[in-house]
This record gives sequence, C-alpha cells and structure tokens, in this order.
Amino acid sequence: MTTLSMAPAQAPTLRANLPAAKGRAGFAGALRSEFTKISSLRSTMATLVGTMVVTIGLSTLVAWGVSSQLRSQLDHPTGTQPFDPSTFDAVQSSMFGLIFGQLVIAVIGAMVVTGEYGNGMIRTSLTAQPRRMVTLVAKFGVFTAVALVTGLISSFSSYFIGQRFYSGVGLNVGLGDPNVLRAVIGGGLMLAVAGLLAFGLGLILRHTAGAITSAVGVLFVSVILFQFIPSNWGQHIERWVPFFAGTAIWSRTVQDPSQMWSAWGEFGVFAGYAALAIAIGTFLFKKRDA
Amino acid sequence: MIEARSLTKRYGDRLAVDQLSFSVRPGQVTGFLGPNGAGKSTTMRMILGLDAPTGGSVTVDGMPYVKLAHPMRVLGALLDAKAVHSGRTAAKHLLCLAQTNNLPKSRVGEVLELVGLTQVANKRVGGFSLGMCQRLGIAAALLGDPKVLIFDEPVNGLDPEGILWIRNLIRALAAEGRTIFVSSHLMSEMENTADHLVVIGQGKLIADCTVEAFIKQNSTLAVRVRTPDAAQLADLVAGSGGAAKPDGENAIIVTGIAAERVGDLAFDSGIRVHELAPLQASLEQAFMELTRDSVEYHAAVPASPIGALA
Repeated sequence: MTTLSMAPAQAPTLRANLPAAKGRAGFAGALRSEFTKISSLRSTMATLVGTMVVTIGLSTLVAWGVSSQLRSQLDHPTGTQPFDPSTFDAVQSSMFGLIFGQLVIAVIGAMVVTGEYGNGMIRTSLTAQPRRMVTLVAKFGVFTAVALVTGLISSFSSYFIGQRFYSGVGLNVGLGDPNVLRAVIGGGLMLAVAGLLAFGLGLILRHTAGAITSAVGVLFVSVILFQFIPSNWGQHIERWVPFFAGTAIWSRTVQDPSQMWSAWGEFGVFAGYAALAIAIGTFLFKKRDA
Repeated sequence: MIEARSLTKRYGDRLAVDQLSFSVRPGQVTGFLGPNGAGKSTTMRMILGLDAPTGGSVTVDGMPYVKLAHPMRVLGALLDAKAVHSGRTAAKHLLCLAQTNNLPKSRVGEVLELVGLTQVANKRVGGFSLGMCQRLGIAAALLGDPKVLIFDEPVNGLDPEGILWIRNLIRALAAEGRTIFVSSHLMSEMENTADHLVVIGQGKLIADCTVEAFIKQNSTLAVRVRTPDAAQLADLVAGSGGAAKPDGENAIIVTGIAAERVGDLAFDSGIRVHELAPLQASLEQAFMELTRDSVEYHAAVPASPIGALA
C-alpha cells in the first residue's frame, strides 16, 4: 500500500470527459467484454492449448501405434482370418485423441461460467450489464467460437498427421473420399459440443467441481453404465448413449445401422444433451438471484 | 436519486427486507445503517437488479436499474471488493467491464490513476491486498462517471490510511452533486461522512433523517458527576425527575435532567462536586440504543458501554 499514491483525488479531477452516450449498452459491447474475459485469463488460454496438445498428441501416438501394428499384420499375416482393409476407418483411427480432448474442453466450458461464481465476479459482471440475456448470449457466443476453433484445429491436425502414418501402409484416405470431410469437421464439432455441455452444466450448478464431475458423468460414466445393461435392452438404448452419439459423427460409417441413426442424427442426439443443459441453465440464470 | 417503495425480500419464511421505503438524494452522502444481517446488502443487490424483490420496487434515476440504457454511466457500485477474478490483471478487469457499456478504453487508465493503482495496472488481482481490491472496486464504480454511487461497507477491513482515503473520496464525490449511498454497521464511520441516514433493523426502516436529528432524537443526554456524597445526590436527582446510576466509587451518571440543573441541585444542598461532565452521546450509542431490539443475534454477554450509559 505504501508504494501507492495516497493523495485522495480532489474534487475537480473526479469528473470525466466521456464521449456522449449513444444508443444502449448492448450485445456488441458484451461480446467484446466476454472476449476480453476469456483471452485475459492465463489459465483458460493454457487449457485451450492443452485441449489441442492432448487431442493431437494422443491422436498421433495412437496413429503411430496402429499403423505399425497394421504394417506387421500386413507383412506377416497371422491367424485364419486375414486383415480386411475395407473395415479399417483411417479417419477415426487418426483422431482418437478427441476422446480425451472432450475431457479438457469440458473443463474450460465449465470454468467459463463457474469461474465467475466462485469469486462473485458474476455480480460485478451483471452490475455492468444487468440485462442477463445479453451477458449470457455473448458469453455463449464467444465460448462457442473459441471451442469450435479449438475443436477444428485439433481434428484437422490429428487427421493430417494420422494420414502420414497410414500412407506408409497404403491405408490413408483423402478429404475428398466419401464421408471423410464430414468426419473430420464432425470431430471438431463434437469437441465444441462437449465443451458446451459443460457450459450448460456450469450454468445449472454454478460450481466448478460439480459441473466438471457431471460433465464427465454424462460423457464417460454413461458408457460404463451402459455395459451393465442387458443386451436386449441395450440395443434400444445405444443410440441415446452420449458417448456413442458423439462418436458417430467422426466415424466414416455408422457401426451398427440397426441400432444407431445416421451420423448427423446421432450428432443431433449428442448436441441435444448440450442444448438441454443450456436451456435449463439459461432458465435458471434468468430466474435466480445472482 | 434512488427510490425504494415498499421493497420486500423474503427468503423462505424469513423476511430479509420488510416493506422498506426511502429515497437517496443527490449532492449528499446518505448512510445506510443497520446491524449485521439487517438487510443492507440485500437491499443494495435489489437496487442493482441482482436479487429480485418479493414485493415493492426500487428505481434509479426514475426507472429500474436493468432498464437503464448505459447502467454504468448512471450508477457505479462497489458491493464486494473481492468479487474479481484473481487471474485477471487490474487493467483487463476494468477493460472487460468498460466494454459492456461501450466506454472508451482510455477510461481504464484514468480510473486507475484516480485510485492510485497505475503502477500495478498489469499485475494480476490475485496478489492484491484488501485495500488494493477496494481501490480497484472503486475504480470500477467510477468507470462510467456515474451520478449515483453505491458502496457496501467500503471501509471494512481497511487500515486507517485507507479509511481516510475512502472517506475523503466519498465527500468529494458528493460535493460534485452526485448521489452517494454508503452502507456501514460502524456508526462512528457514518458520523464523519454522512449527511443523511437511513437506518434499518431486521429489514424494517427504523429512521430516515439527518445525522444531527438522529443523535438528538435517539440519545439520552447524560451527565457524569464525581462527588463524595454520591448517594445523597442520587436521591436528589431522583426527586427532581432524573435518574442516577452509580459509576464506580464516588461517581454517578445522571440522565433525564440537564447538567446545569444537576449543578444547582448539588449547590442548593451543599454537596461538594469534584467533577461535572456532560457526556456527549455519539452516533454509535444512539444507534445501539435504537437497534438493540432488532439485532439478529444477541450474545449472552452484553456489550458493556451501553450498560454504563443506559
């Protein structure tokens, strides 16, 4: 404190020369504000980079492992059933890191919201812009854009790196091949939607640990629970399991057409969970005392 | 100008704010007083639209806060100095607030200068002391050069220098014709800063008047008399419509009659008086008297200074 100037501001200097106010404080300002918020936190930026590092890194590792396994299988066929290249999905096999990337981006999605609740910043924010929907839609918009960019960088990088490995065994595919572009873009979309699911859960729970835990529950624990369901029930439920619904969009072909909808249909289910969380969260955000 | 009309907030079956009506006028400092838990912060949050009232309404500049075109240009608030993300720098914190109301970026540097935080503008808030956080909160409140300012317990936890600084700043802001609404549970603080008082206890309005009127109406004037004949004088006082209480050995505290009258009584009966001192009732005492019945939590051990005076 002693290094700070102690002189109380004298009366004349308190008045400011602000430009005349125009219109209303609205969405454009809120967008700028939310972008400043997200870009000015070292932790958020580090976690965004972390999402890409984890996704691309693990994808690379898996593609390297799978491609060398394939090479040995092709060179020295073992067993009675020879390897059938047509069953191999070179796109999905190049983007395995997306599974773990979901976990990291869910942390950011939750933190973007709950990070304002832990310390009371939300009250400061809503004092500056008391029209809550303006603040919320801006926050949603900025996070969605950031999550999409992160997701697409992750999926495209993983895809290109993976194809380098698979070209060594002649199994690489190009973006022009059927369903490939859809799967690679879909991988990025899936990552962004996983983040948005956590964003919605953050709005509902207003608590970082709670939001992250429930996001992990929806994204991963649901798969484990699904394993315990008798298969005659399971075949009706599989298409609703978030993990499977999210994975369909970044596969070249849907594995079980009898039990699953199309890739985009399954993506709709996955996005539906996020939309539901955000809808409930928005309702509560509008209604609850901040 | 802030106007509350029958403002009510209910949490479950507890009324935090009960039919509160008051006005906060421009050009003066209005102190918002009440014991802890009286509903001061809840009222302030309702003014800002953070909490929705159960009943009644409150307006800023004639309309609900949430309807103001540029809220920060009308009202600046410091509710909780720690309500800041610790990972952000002071300048970025202010920038993200300024942007919501389309205020120029240059304004961030101006308010940092105003509160003396220029040197730490690019330091993260996590490392700030409470005093620095208070200054940052005030900087945020001043961003829009607002005509109304609300401070919730601004001197809580500050060192004497910080208290003096805030006190001077508040006076200076009021002198410019702004509307200042400051809450405190420290009466002594309000005595030095406020012109007008709104006093609440358990969510209800207890008083809405000037500081002088408040002391005058709510304090019992007392006279301390030191005399070897304390018991005799106490009887005389009681006989003349006053009340006397012993105050240690050879001294009594007289209430109900003026100091001159006490002196005359003693003189007439030939009682030797070694000391005759009118006790100036402070705002603190007046306040404690008034809110004694409305304090939310009573300790088993009473606070001694009131016992000595009452």
